[in-house]
Amino acid sequence: MSASHIPQPDTPALRLEGIVKTFPGVRALDDVGFDVRAGEVHALLGENGAGKSTLMKVLAGMYEPDEGSIYIEGEAVTMRSPLEAKARGVVLIHQELSLAEEMSVAENIYLGELPRKSLGRVDWKTLHSNAQAILDRLKCGFDSKRQVGTLSIANQQMVEIARALTVEAKVVVFDEPTASLTDAEKVVLFDIINDLKARGAGIVYISHRMDEIFTLADRISVLRDGGYRGTLIKSETNEDEVIQLMIGRALDLTRRRAAAKTGKVALQVEGLSCGKLFEDVSFELREGEVLGFYGLVGAGRTEIAETLFGLRKPSAGRILIDGTEVEISSPADAIKKGISLVPESRKEQGLVLGMNCRDNITLPQVGDLTKGPFVSDGAEIAIFDRYYEALKIKTPSWRQAVGNLSGGNQQKIVIGKWLAMNPRILIVDEPTRGIDVGSKSEIHDLIRTLAGEGYAVIVISSEMPEVMHVSDRIVAMFHGRIMRSFTTEEVTEDNLVAAISGIETDKVA
Amino acid sequence: MADIRHEIPADRAGRSGPDSGGKHKGGGMAHSGLKSFAGLMARQGILVAFVLFLIAFSVFSDRFLSAENIFSVVRSSAIIGVMALGVTVVVIGGNLDLSVGSMLSFSTVLVVDLHDKIGPGPAIVVTVLATLCLGAINGLLVGVARLNSLIVTLGMLSAIQGLTLIYSGGKNVDIVHQDTTWFKIFGRGYIADIPVPIVIFAICAIVLHVVMAYTPFGRRIYATGGNPTAAVFSGIRRSRVVFATYLISALTVAIAAIVLGSRVMGSQNNVGQGYELQVLAGVILGGTSLLGGSGTIWKSVIGVLILGFIQNGLLLLGFEYYVQWLVTWVVIILAVWLDIAAKRGRLLSPIA
Ligand SMILES: Nc1ncnc2c1ncn2[C@@H]1O[C@H](COP(=O)(O)OP(=O)(O)OP(=O)(O)O)[C@@H](O)[C@H]1O
Ligand SMILES: [Mg+2]
Repeated sequence: MSASHIPQPDTPALRLEGIVKTFPGVRALDDVGFDVRAGEVHALLGENGAGKSTLMKVLAGMYEPDEGSIYIEGEAVTMRSPLEAKARGVVLIHQELSLAEEMSVAENIYLGELPRKSLGRVDWKTLHSNAQAILDRLKCGFDSKRQVGTLSIANQQMVEIARALTVEAKVVVFDEPTASLTDAEKVVLFDIINDLKARGAGIVYISHRMDEIFTLADRISVLRDGGYRGTLIKSETNEDEVIQLMIGRALDLTRRRAAAKTGKVALQVEGLSCGKLFEDVSFELREGEVLGFYGLVGAGRTEIAETLFGLRKPSAGRILIDGTEVEISSPADAIKKGISLVPESRKEQGLVLGMNCRDNITLPQVGDLTKGPFVSDGAEIAIFDRYYEALKIKTPSWRQAVGNLSGGNQQKIVIGKWLAMNPRILIVDEPTRGIDVGSKSEIHDLIRTLAGEGYAVIVISSEMPEVMHVSDRIVAMFHGRIMRSFTTEEVTEDNLVAAISGIETDKVA
Repeated sequence: MADIRHEIPADRAGRSGPDSGGKHKGGGMAHSGLKSFAGLMARQGILVAFVLFLIAFSVFSDRFLSAENIFSVVRSSAIIGVMALGVTVVVIGGNLDLSVGSMLSFSTVLVVDLHDKIGPGPAIVVTVLATLCLGAINGLLVGVARLNSLIVTLGMLSAIQGLTLIYSGGKNVDIVHQDTTWFKIFGRGYIADIPVPIVIFAICAIVLHVVMAYTPFGRRIYATGGNPTAAVFSGIRRSRVVFATYLISALTVAIAAIVLGSRVMGSQNNVGQGYELQVLAGVILGGTSLLGGSGTIWKSVIGVLILGFIQNGLLLLGFEYYVQWLVTWVVIILAVWLDIAAKRGRLLSPIA
């Protein structure tokens, strides 16, 4: 390798060497090294907790590595802060959103480097015109003056991406950027990535979605248990080989579960409306049945779930559980009636990040896990252990704060928390967001098993393969209305897409 | 292009030469030494600071560590200490309570005034109930109406001051037969040679510690303070939890007022003025985050004691009493700084 600082044609944009990073009780990265060339998309794969996000945080100056070196265009660098990393042309788009919700879009994009006039005053005009230019490049349909907190999650993600585009970046890291994007937004994102690539940036792309990786990537590096497992060239490999490298065994993703034996109607919804969020929604859900809700982000699926869970008051319609009309006034009430909701956003709605893993899992039922007036340690640990094993949660112990787990393992904690309630009616909203392929198919199996045991399950998902794989019936939603409901025999990718785009108006619920 | 799999190991072998490898190790070790110190400070920083203070003061004053002095410091810290326990509960639940100082004035005036009018027993009952009502107002406004706790309790601070003056007509109150009433036990009595205020402080601390650490209710308070939205999504009735934390806080104020009234056997209308800041200082020194969701009762006890010992130490060293305010401030800032510095492993924030 050349010692000169002038980039040579074959000098990689980024080279990582022997990176080691430990946390108390966890060896998150163990001697990891590979390089990313200028003008390539380099996918980084690994199971939940394999160390991907940690590696990228080391790269972006958020964590100091215990050992190892980082080279940008052949030059050894130490990065002590995200701003310093950015100044060197390294930008990271986070897995978890990290925006200042109270501030405007433009301020977030230029956070820490607002353009100044004399006397240190912020140059608002330049700020907004620069920010707007980036938003336009990203084809974002919102104004740079909007307050970030008022944007949808997907649009907040776009702001996060916009932030990376304020400098001519040499290395851009995308950590699971598509977890909450719609298909249309994904197309825009992929255009941006290809554009960055054409400008000669090295891209690191982290995702659990094989289809994306095989569309975008030039090369694929794999981490397992904090160790580097190798790099594959996309054109010379296939999904099976990648998965084998990633989880150490082959995975049968095509397995189709048997149709469930359904029992009596557990939940019946009649003409339910909630303002303009959703209107005249009717369906029924039987014991032993998995009902999929498919639609675009914003179609009203989450709002229906929240209404059933007592978080919203319906403006019209009836809800019947086991044939009797009920009013669900609060989540506590919903839980009492046997309903569980795995919410859409694990960080905001699902978890108390500063609390340990066990206490998060047992939180909804802690009042029942008592011996006398006190919480029974043994009962809590028993519940934690059950889901720790069933969901293969990766954590050094139950005492670890949930905020220190990897994104996918946090999601598993939320799922465990609600399964542990033994609900009659289980509603899961985007259950496998951020979960690796292996665990994903395990969670799908788990949902099927639960249905087999007589649970009534609603699965809300924006991933077509997921709804098609896991559901017995699928309800397609568009603009707050149920457009059509399909059985497994009827459904095809084409008629499902047609229904959620509002093309089909045949309304059978 | 060659597969990188073959490049990397070769490179690694090259790097593990004697000098470069050694350098890496050295750096790693210094780093981990610093980190384990940071870790110790993060976990037990407050205890370390406490011990350092005790050592420093005892070097300069031999009276400082005498049993007599220690008892006297703990006893005089008991009133602030009891209130700090309640405020800790409120803060863990994600809110503030700045009204405890003027609430203390109100309750003390009430119990002392009623003592002679309706007898000590009924006076205590009425005082506790009246103080709980004030706490309930805080609880309703913050918990149910979801108003900002800083504003609500700051407003209550001045409202209760007014209420106290209306009640007393601006006159100081006192108890006439100070030596014959059993009411004196709370502030002046001893149980097995231990001053009763210390006993009461200890009992309150143990009870609240058990509640916070071992009951479902305590768990719900931590969850509500840590992430109110997730708490609601977990079926926790957030308004009830917040309401209850203010009741607990008011109850501790009532207890403190009984101790104070019994000790002084009289009360000015503004006895509790400024106590809210001392209480909050003790809570912060104990490492309870003002953001909610973390902190422990026993650390607040230590926080309050540190405050008491610093103030006492300064007096013993011959400083004017107002110097303690400056020193207290410095200590709080240092404590808070060390605490977050230890958590992020460096003194200044990496995020500019
Ligand atoms: N701040 C931290 N403190 C303690 N442990 C941590 C911390 N951050 C990460 N870890 C641990 O390091 C390991 C790697 O985590 P990381 O977030 O890098 O995984 P990941 O590959 O990004 O997983 P995912 O696909 O779920 O996002 C995990 O076991 C995690 O629990
Ligand atoms: Mg991650």
